[in-house]
Amino acid sequence: MSRQTTVLTKIQKFKPGTTLVMLLVVAIWILPTLGLFVTAFRSQSASVESGWWTAVFNPLGQDWTLGAFDSIFGQDWNLGAGFMSTVAISVPATILPITFAAFAAYGFTFLSFRGREFWFSIIIGLMVVPMQASIVAILKTFGAFDKWLMTIPGNEYGDFHILGEYPAAWIVHSAFAMPLAVYILRNYMMTLPVALIEAARIDGASHFQIFWRLIIPMSVPALASFAIFQFLWVWNDYFVAYLFSGKHPVMTYSILSMLGQHGEGWQVVMAGCLVSMLVPLAVFFSLQRYFVRGLTAGSVK
Amino acid sequence: MEAVLSWLAPFSDILTPLLAIIIGPLATFAFYIFLNWVVGLFPRKVSRVLRPYVFIGPVLLLIVSMLVLPTIQTVGYAFMNEDSTEWVGFRNFEKLFADPNFGSTVFNNFEWVLVVPAVTVALGIVVATLTDRLGPIRERVFKSIIFMPLAISFVAASSIWRLTYSWTGGGAEEVGMLNAIVTALGGEPVAWLQEETFTINNLLLMVVVIWANVGFAMTLLSAAIKAVPEETIEAAAIDGANGWQVFWRVILPQIRVTAVSVFITVTISTMKIFDVIWGMTGGNFHTNVLGVDFFLQYFVYNNTGKASAVVVILMLAIIPIMIYQVRTYRKQEELR
Repeated sequence: MSRQTTVLTKIQKFKPGTTLVMLLVVAIWILPTLGLFVTAFRSQSASVESGWWTAVFNPLGQDWTLGAFDSIFGQDWNLGAGFMSTVAISVPATILPITFAAFAAYGFTFLSFRGREFWFSIIIGLMVVPMQASIVAILKTFGAFDKWLMTIPGNEYGDFHILGEYPAAWIVHSAFAMPLAVYILRNYMMTLPVALIEAARIDGASHFQIFWRLIIPMSVPALASFAIFQFLWVWNDYFVAYLFSGKHPVMTYSILSMLGQHGEGWQVVMAGCLVSMLVPLAVFFSLQRYFVRGLTAGSVK
Repeated sequence: MEAVLSWLAPFSDILTPLLAIIIGPLATFAFYIFLNWVVGLFPRKVSRVLRPYVFIGPVLLLIVSMLVLPTIQTVGYAFMNEDSTEWVGFRNFEKLFADPNFGSTVFNNFEWVLVVPAVTVALGIVVATLTDRLGPIRERVFKSIIFMPLAISFVAASSIWRLTYSWTGGGAEEVGMLNAIVTALGGEPVAWLQEETFTINNLLLMVVVIWANVGFAMTLLSAAIKAVPEETIEAAAIDGANGWQVFWRVILPQIRVTAVSVFITVTISTMKIFDVIWGMTGGNFHTNVLGVDFFLQYFVYNNTGKASAVVVILMLAIIPIMIYQVRTYRKQEELR
């Protein structure tokens, strides 16, 4: 084989055409997000007067500033508190549904009880019901519950209530996540060896022990992938947090208000978005493998 | 005690969330352990019957009280007046369908369901096929970038794309990418999100959702493509099939099941779409859809009756898919 043809095959193997097409696609995907990152570090006047790409093409002629971050963490927006509220909702709203779902998945996989198939069909069906279908009624129920709490002596002013506080969002998030969580975890548990559980039963282990000592450790991959899924969903959520834990404004709430006032320049909104995206992106890039595995486990068989 | 509390007060922004994080999960674990203990108190025969409910009971309670009953209640509200104090029969539905704006809302929903799932799956297949041919590093980098929007909130996505579509006008420099391209090509800048000709604003909103969803489709389809047995492709190549023929006749039929399931998942999420539209146009300029109209009816017009009627219409549209889901599940179970 001559030298020329080896170079040619090397180029062919590199697939320049396909690479070029993909670079174009990827550019469309990343440019809007790049705009966010650049704009967050520009001054107000710059972000109003010129496109963010002028700063990229002429980085030295640009006065980069952290002014937008001063503004969002300052008195105006207090995004630091928003960040903590988001954490306070996201962490329990991830752990709780997984705990609930793991127990239920164990029950649906390894225990027999009346109506098992019926209930599981209900869960499958609920996966597609939009959350709008239940929001109004849940809000009214929580409201009625708080009214009832006010009849308790010492709570006449409703100091003790649920609507607007963290637990309300935890409960609602758990409920909305439950059908998919149970479905994914049960599908995973179905693949575990039943013989192992039967052996443990014969050795006198209770279902509770088998669940904690055997099934949970073996289900870590499925639990992890669902946890990432749920965490990202809850962290990025706006509506449940706003409607049910409204007393603790989350980051998405603040950013949406910033967006409503972007006349002050895009840099404030973009800085807010940037802060809110840090945790999801870190989770996403460090645990991408689990995330992808979870996605594929959910639908591909 | 009070001294301690007053000393802690400035930190309450941090302490309350931390306490919440610790107490919430601990309470849940304690609840299960308690439940298990209570069931253990019963005689063996009874506890044996009750035991499964330690595991599934709390979830059944949660699902029935937070999903099933509220949904039924919502159907009830749809036949009641704005503050749910009186039965009004079909009046909410009659009012909705008499309103020309609602016609445009339903039309938009159709357009969304027609465009978004098809384009998402098609692009997902294209991207998955193309990246599959490249080296491992390029494949990983390209896929990560296309996948990334999945990790971003709709609020951030709305902000990003509102900047991209933004319009200054009046001869000033355009800071939005789309208008910058248009003016660079010699055109006039357009207020894209308000532009209703050919439902351009709707299509641009769909671009955002497609942008966010292609990564999901790509991931699943890519896994399916990698699972296609090499021999089938080689056999086709030996028989003289070219790249196109291999793709259409060999690969596509083998990833059909995955493509259909992705299509259905995206269809469901498109039918109830609301967040991106809410964040970008609020349903104005004839970009309203059922999912957004629900929020408008309930929170802006304070009309529980009409809001619930909108949801009922949405659910009626979703029911066929729901039946399909349960059926596929049943079929899968029989194969186990």
